[in-house]
Amino acid sequence: MVMSYEFPDNKGKYGGFGGKYVPETLMGALNELEAEYNKAIQDEEFLKALDDYLTDYVGRTTPLYYAEHLTGHIGGAKIYLKREDLNHTGAHKINNTVGQGLLAKRMGKTKIIAETGAGQHGVATATICANLGLECIIFMGKEDVRRQELNVFRMELLGAEVVSVDAGRGTLKDAVNATLRHWVANVDDTHYILGSVLGPHPFPQIVRDFQSVIGSETREQIKEKENRLPDTVIACIGGGSNAMGMFYPFIEDTEVELIGVEASGKGLDTDEYAASISKGRIGVLHGAKMHLLQDDNGQIEEAYSVSAGLDYPGIGPEHSHLHESGRVNYVSRTDQDALDAFTLLSKKEGIIPALESAHAVAEAIEVAKGKSTDEIVVICLSGRGDKDVSEVKRLFRGEDND
Amino acid sequence: MTKTKIDDVFNKLKSTGDKAFISYIMAGDGGLDQLKDQIRTLEASGVDIVELGIPFSDPVADGPVIQQAAIRALEQNISLQNILDELKNIKDEITVPIVLMTYINPILNIGYAEFAKDAAESGVSGIILPDVPFEEEEEIKVHLSAHDIALIRLVTLTSDENRIKALSEGAEGFLYAVTIKGTTGGRKTFGEDTYSHLEKIKSIAEVPVCAGFGVSNVEMAEQLGGYSDGVIVGSKIVQLLHEGEADKIKDLIPEKSTTVK
Repeated sequence: MVMSYEFPDNKGKYGGFGGKYVPETLMGALNELEAEYNKAIQDEEFLKALDDYLTDYVGRTTPLYYAEHLTGHIGGAKIYLKREDLNHTGAHKINNTVGQGLLAKRMGKTKIIAETGAGQHGVATATICANLGLECIIFMGKEDVRRQELNVFRMELLGAEVVSVDAGRGTLKDAVNATLRHWVANVDDTHYILGSVLGPHPFPQIVRDFQSVIGSETREQIKEKENRLPDTVIACIGGGSNAMGMFYPFIEDTEVELIGVEASGKGLDTDEYAASISKGRIGVLHGAKMHLLQDDNGQIEEAYSVSAGLDYPGIGPEHSHLHESGRVNYVSRTDQDALDAFTLLSKKEGIIPALESAHAVAEAIEVAKGKSTDEIVVICLSGRGDKDVSEVKRLFRGEDND
Repeated sequence: MTKTKIDDVFNKLKSTGDKAFISYIMAGDGGLDQLKDQIRTLEASGVDIVELGIPFSDPVADGPVIQQAAIRALEQNISLQNILDELKNIKDEITVPIVLMTYINPILNIGYAEFAKDAAESGVSGIILPDVPFEEEEEIKVHLSAHDIALIRLVTLTSDENRIKALSEGAEGFLYAVTIKGTTGGRKTFGEDTYSHLEKIKSIAEVPVCAGFGVSNVEMAEQLGGYSDGVIVGSKIVQLLHEGEADKIKDLIPEKSTTVK
């Protein structure tokens, strides 16, 4: 069965979600970006340059690995891992920063700004800026700067300036605010490399398109290995870029079940979680209409997850749409579920996943259990867990999170 | 009380050749029980229109002074609904038009239709939405229009001529000309491009043009007044009120003429 899926529409909307809710000062830049992007993706030279970078610099194609030992341990469906952890810089984030870096260069922008939470997107941005000779400023909440000291050093080593954001609670949401404010003041020569399928149009589309290499490769690889499409595809969701990149090439294959896994932190019955679809309401933040964690008065709430890459209070507008349309099933997994999966995958396969990706692994384990051995589940293993090892060590020793 | 209240202010000023002085304050900063006195102080100082800021957790268009004021107001759990309720209580005791400046999410949270009805009953004449550009305004504008509340559009240094024309067409109340590329908060001077841009906007606009963002003293206010129909001062006044120096607000306001031209 095939359905036709064409989003965003010409106003940058995904059903009732998305749009461009930004100050007037940025509208010119967004319109320019949209026009240039649409030209770039028709331009053979640009696509060739992007492809060369993805192959020789990022290290694509990434493997689709049959996790035989995990599969045997669970005793259900066959589990495959899409190994985005094997990309340069250790996660899927670089697929997008390479694309947007080349796009910025094409637009004649000499300066790059970006937000980062845990530092993964910041590192991926600083990396491509170093390579392309672009000036780079990364905005990072002061709490995150403190918690992710090593990534701060990594970005500085790559030549980026890291600005610690004191405003608000000093986390990812405040870093996005600071980046948007800087962009408003420096819009002429600066491109904002947004790190997820968030923000005003055309960002959710650009990031999805650059990340959709994940799903396109997976689709080809599974057909080669199994001669058919998978039954279920599972990915974790903070803003939702690895999930969108994985799901998008499967959206019209309605026989493929798509599952997005949000972080329910300490539990949906506590007040510490990052599950925007389960616990949020429709609102507007950072340029887009989407599901958003907010209080009774429409003030945005802080998100929480053991994995810093998932603690954003909103979710990409296209995910809001896919939730409402029912095409993707959104569920959530707790810190504990993720930590258990983190350990299990490490022990069974010798692959330490990022805590973000461990949420998808946790869900996949439950899904695979309920399926027969001739069914197939694919997990987007969005990043490697090296960055999380010291945090997990602290947690296992029962020390305080901070 | 409707949007005609704003038009009346500009018509009256036009007859004397004077410029409007619009003051921004953060509702709830210093306590919501202070709101009436704050507005009356502004009236007594010579303010023509009060722009009332609604505190929001993520004010991307605002600089440090207004961000801090929002945090102070939010620490007292002040909400858009509280502010509308208080305006309802005091509306008969104030005479200046009230324009709300708010990010869209608190309104979306109440619901556009309910908000518009409530705002009209609270005597609100206009709304400024810094995160809702022209392209996204329709969903709320229909509700504001139904209650005769003006949706005041912002025009910026990056708005090209075609955009200025589009923004000017069907504009209500006044056009809010943002004088800098950046967030709210005091600057020492404006660049030449600010003045040439204001001239361009004035030549196109069919409604009054008021200039704001970055104005921090009376000299700057006078200069901008030469290129516009009014000046908006925010951060400086927020700071004066916070520091208990409300008596200095009048010093920011250019003198008005006494003779009718």
